[in-house]
Amino acid sequence: MNEKLYLEESEIELEQVYCKPDTLTELPFHYCPGCGHSVVHRVLMEVVQELGIQEEIIGVAPVGCSVFAYHYMNVDMQEAPHGRASAVATGIKRVLPDKYVFSYQGDGDLAAIGTSETIHTVNRGENILMIFINNGIYGMTGGQMAPTSLPGQVTSTSPYGRDVEKVGNPIKIADMLCLLTGAYYVTRQVVHNPNGVRKLKKALLKSFEYQKQKKGTCFVEVVSNCPSGWKMTPVQTIKYLEEQMIPNYPIGDLKVPQN
Amino acid sequence: MDNKEKTIGEASLMKGNEALAEAAFRANIDAYFGYPITPQSEVLEYLEREAPKHEALILQAESEIASINMIYGAAGAGARVMTSSSSPGISLMQEGLSYIAAAQLPCLVVNVARGGPGLGTIQPSQGDYFQATKGGGHGDYHLIVLAPASVQEMADFVFDGFALAEKYRNPALILTDGALGQMMEKVFLPEKGSLPKIPKPWATTGKTKDRDHNVITSLFIQPEEMEQVNLQLQKKYEAMQSEVRFEEINTDDAEIILVAYGLSARICQKVVDIGREKGIKIGLLRPITLYPYPYKRLRELANQVEFMVSIEMSAGQMVEDVRLAVEGKVPVYIKGRMGGMITTPEEILLEVEKIHEQLNALQV
Repeated sequence: MNEKLYLEESEIELEQVYCKPDTLTELPFHYCPGCGHSVVHRVLMEVVQELGIQEEIIGVAPVGCSVFAYHYMNVDMQEAPHGRASAVATGIKRVLPDKYVFSYQGDGDLAAIGTSETIHTVNRGENILMIFINNGIYGMTGGQMAPTSLPGQVTSTSPYGRDVEKVGNPIKIADMLCLLTGAYYVTRQVVHNPNGVRKLKKALLKSFEYQKQKKGTCFVEVVSNCPSGWKMTPVQTIKYLEEQMIPNYPIGDLKVPQN
Repeated sequence: MDNKEKTIGEASLMKGNEALAEAAFRANIDAYFGYPITPQSEVLEYLEREAPKHEALILQAESEIASINMIYGAAGAGARVMTSSSSPGISLMQEGLSYIAAAQLPCLVVNVARGGPGLGTIQPSQGDYFQATKGGGHGDYHLIVLAPASVQEMADFVFDGFALAEKYRNPALILTDGALGQMMEKVFLPEKGSLPKIPKPWATTGKTKDRDHNVITSLFIQPEEMEQVNLQLQKKYEAMQSEVRFEEINTDDAEIILVAYGLSARICQKVVDIGREKGIKIGLLRPITLYPYPYKRLRELANQVEFMVSIEMSAGQMVEDVRLAVEGKVPVYIKGRMGGMITTPEEILLEVEKIHEQLNALQV
């Protein structure tokens, strides 16, 4: 990847300024065009590369669209049952306390079926990084209502829109987790614009630094999009994300270390 | 079943659950994850109490579901790990056990069983035999299943369970019950550190430069690949058959054979004693491993006996394996009680004599 590229006609030498990090495998992402998963995968693995911790990190993949995260992330990984990623990550971290451990889950996985494991993992203050991709829908199974789907949101299992009288309001799990003393750093970020990507990267860098210092659980939510599940073009999803998702899930730090 | 052969070290008087917990420390477990449930809470209590003397990590989880998934993570990371629970809690672990079996990870799970179904009772039962030996969760898989019949074996089988689990990269289960967990007996504890740890190059300990990244997964989305994984698992289960263990008491000239494991086998030992005193040619086959199961030996014994009786604290679960084994050569009966009730030797003998008389009456 490091060889210099030449333009035959003009013979202008081009310098390579960006390439895929070695912490990603050669396999092309299977994610739908415009989906935020690919960006989060890349940013996460860039951070692992920059920190030089590829040999010291173990990741846990969920059940959901990112079930195959281990195909792309070139680090040791385990694939957890649906909802149990943070329990699996706990098991790994407790027997390898000096390694870095992260879990990577979607909204159905982390905030519906795995709510118990999520809360108790954070309550114990497990020294892990929990990455939470919130796109308000079950993507892999074909666009069903998620615990984080917005009021009125049309999905395949809420065809007339999410009826909050019937199924309740979207769960703001990151806000809930802030109440737990085990939560050291809780933040909500986006990846649909360059500024968001830069901020996410900083949040991930910080999280690994805190993990090194054994400070407790770091929880990074990424409010993301799902073109296939939302039945929109990627461009339309960005508009929806900004106009509908972000007002419900405001971005920024929710809990920062207290000195 | 007795301690005659054990001469090393000093004897202790311990509860089955505590002997098992102490044996876990002596087997140098790296971690234990568990959740309280009667009648096995002494395991977690003992481990927490004694933890300061040992290096092992003991963690009370928020549920059995979390426990088994912590086991999954820790086993995948190469640690020697175990959990314990009782019947309803073991039901909650079945999903995780299916994943662990599919991902081929070694670990030890202990079921100190109680009467069911449902919340049932806290009294002892053998109603979890099907769940333990036939898979329990979804998909085609088996656990290695050991059935202790004494406090001594509660301790010993921790070592045997880990040895087999690590040899085959397969979860092992100790299937015992509330009575064996709660009863106190003399026990010679295994020597600490006498179970060597083997290298686990497949574990997720951090990707070093000299190898590809290790992945622990049970997901093989292409059916062609999933079939190959299944074939490999079946091959492994075939190889495990050589590990079958059982004990025979007075079977040489037996015309009647009782088949019983665990606590029922203890009771049946007494049945054989009183039966023999009365001149009845009765013997006992006690399966020690419930998976693999001693089908072959039972088939051989079917050639010499009049009938067999499976004695179980259940409605009759193991009896199906006894019937499979004897292939219809001799009648096989089921006797015992369930729902947490324990039958007496006298009751069993009476039942056996009744069967004997009825069969003789038919022949006349």
